[in-house]
Amino acid sequence: MNLLYLPIILPFVTAVACLEFTRWSKATPVIGTIGAVAQLIGAIYLLDEVLVKELIVGHTGGWAAPVGISFVADKLAVAMVVITAIISVVINLYGWAQLDSALIKKHYFALVHFLLMGVNGAFLTGDLFNLYVWFEVMLIASFVLMTIGGTKAQLEGGVKYLVINLVASVLFLCSVGLIYGKVGTLNMADISYHLRDSVDAHLVNSSGILLLIAFGIKAGLFPFFFWLPASYHTLTPTTLALFAGLLTKVGVYALLRTYTLIFESQFELIQPILIWIAGLTMAVGVMGAASHYNIKKILSFHIISQIGYIMMGIAIATPLAIAGAVFYTLHHIIVKTNLFLIDGMIAKHYGTSDLKKLGGLYKWSPIFALLFFIPAFSLGGIPPLSGFWAKLSLIQAGVEANHYFLVATAGVVGIFTLFSMTKIWAEAFWKKPDPETPKFKLPSLREMTPALILASLTLLIGLNGDALFEFSKSTSNQLLSPEAYVKAVLNK
Amino acid sequence: MTLISSSTRVIAPLLILLSLVILYRGHNLPGGGFIGGLTAAAAMMLITLNGVPSKFEKHWNNLSLVLIGSGLVTLFCSFLPSLMTGAAFMEAMWLPTVYLPILGKVKLGTPLIFDIGIYLAVIGFSIKCANVFHANSSSETDH
Repeated sequence: MNLLYLPIILPFVTAVACLEFTRWSKATPVIGTIGAVAQLIGAIYLLDEVLVKELIVGHTGGWAAPVGISFVADKLAVAMVVITAIISVVINLYGWAQLDSALIKKHYFALVHFLLMGVNGAFLTGDLFNLYVWFEVMLIASFVLMTIGGTKAQLEGGVKYLVINLVASVLFLCSVGLIYGKVGTLNMADISYHLRDSVDAHLVNSSGILLLIAFGIKAGLFPFFFWLPASYHTLTPTTLALFAGLLTKVGVYALLRTYTLIFESQFELIQPILIWIAGLTMAVGVMGAASHYNIKKILSFHIISQIGYIMMGIAIATPLAIAGAVFYTLHHIIVKTNLFLIDGMIAKHYGTSDLKKLGGLYKWSPIFALLFFIPAFSLGGIPPLSGFWAKLSLIQAGVEANHYFLVATAGVVGIFTLFSMTKIWAEAFWKKPDPETPKFKLPSLREMTPALILASLTLLIGLNGDALFEFSKSTSNQLLSPEAYVKAVLNK
Repeated sequence: MTLISSSTRVIAPLLILLSLVILYRGHNLPGGGFIGGLTAAAAMMLITLNGVPSKFEKHWNNLSLVLIGSGLVTLFCSFLPSLMTGAAFMEAMWLPTVYLPILGKVKLGTPLIFDIGIYLAVIGFSIKCANVFHANSSSETDH
């Protein structure tokens, strides 16, 4: 049962070990990587146990729910924990190969592991206020990571990020307070249980909508996404890949949890809003990407449009749609992190991410081009890569549920996504290089290993999507019948 | 001898003593590691403001990291009993209560270890802050 807490304890121990070894800062990347691998092993053990038992519940301090803080690992939570651990391994390896020693001395790896502790905590907690606390852990670690370089641009982006996230935290806290006032409990399962039989349950939505805004800001939903492209492009590549892969997805996870568990009985009231938000998020994100000529900016806007796809699944909320959303989230985290890793390598060896200045990467290194091709066109939804199956399942779910407007939006946005990826491909890889720019040197194998790992995972999901899709379907079934979750947590 | 240095001499030790009382009573009464740590941090701030004695100046900056590090390690140690015995994670475990002449009823257990960890980390953090501000202000006056 203590296995449940491993994804939180291991990053904590790793982070403290990194702090203790500050004086020998060269050792911290090694410690970080070992910690990340341990985290992955722990996560896989947890996954194994959850697949057998369906749900693992832990009551922290031995206080049973709803008095104590419960931690719950269901299939969704454990899938997110496993994918976080994979990203953790990759980011640590990449940081080890790429980071300046000045950044490493500033406790870089300790901060990364504190951040991962917050992310895992948010996935595993079964208590709304505890979720808030994990969000704060993430926010503090991410703010320091964001401004760690200390340049003017980073501080500017960091301040924007901090302010908008503080607003989100205040709204989240207000909502938590209001919900506690109305329902008298903050245990997610207990809230769900109380709302199910209450006649006045729809009144709780007035405070529930604050949650939607708070999580929407974290996830980068329309119309709260402005902070994301305004701050992400200033980050160190390693940090950028970590944030782009995981942070917005914690918001998505929280939304998924909110509307399948906490406000499950009130979903009809909120569904039209979610459908509009999903459509607009997709469209606005992709249009923003089309207007930019910097790889970092293009990819940042694509995070938003991809979040729109996941929201589409959450909004439609049929078993197939939720399965699609889960599948999409897992595929998206891998692909997005990988694209930013590759952009980081281009930026490091070329000194720029500006498409107008780049060119000829294909001629100089076909292997590197292939490495970009896989995640980029997976994001664009080319079969048989993983993004195709993700989009297909969502569109199929949309057609089955008669949401033709959303389906049409998703289709058009898909074409534009492909257009964006083609733009990067044509400009950076295909175009004749500017004769004045220095020649691109192939990054060392050590730098490319993380991207290779993720690219092979993308291929694996693409060619063998059935297994993951079956898992997503069973996750979706579990999410759509929250009675089992409530029963397991509350013991009634 | 300025007012602040002579008052620091008296107030700082008293604050640290008070912080230890607050730390200890914290489990069932108002107080605990965080508030105790803040009280002790006030003493540390006074000492930094007053100018660290030159004997310690070199170690003062390291002290913050050592305190944060050892605080977090202590925190982790408080989890170990629950992890090893297979009880619920972070479940409180107490030694048998003993009665001592002056202190009265003494109850020691994992929550106190947890509080001590927080106490150390908070003090370390505040010393770090004080050092950063102090370094900035002294470099400004140099120019």
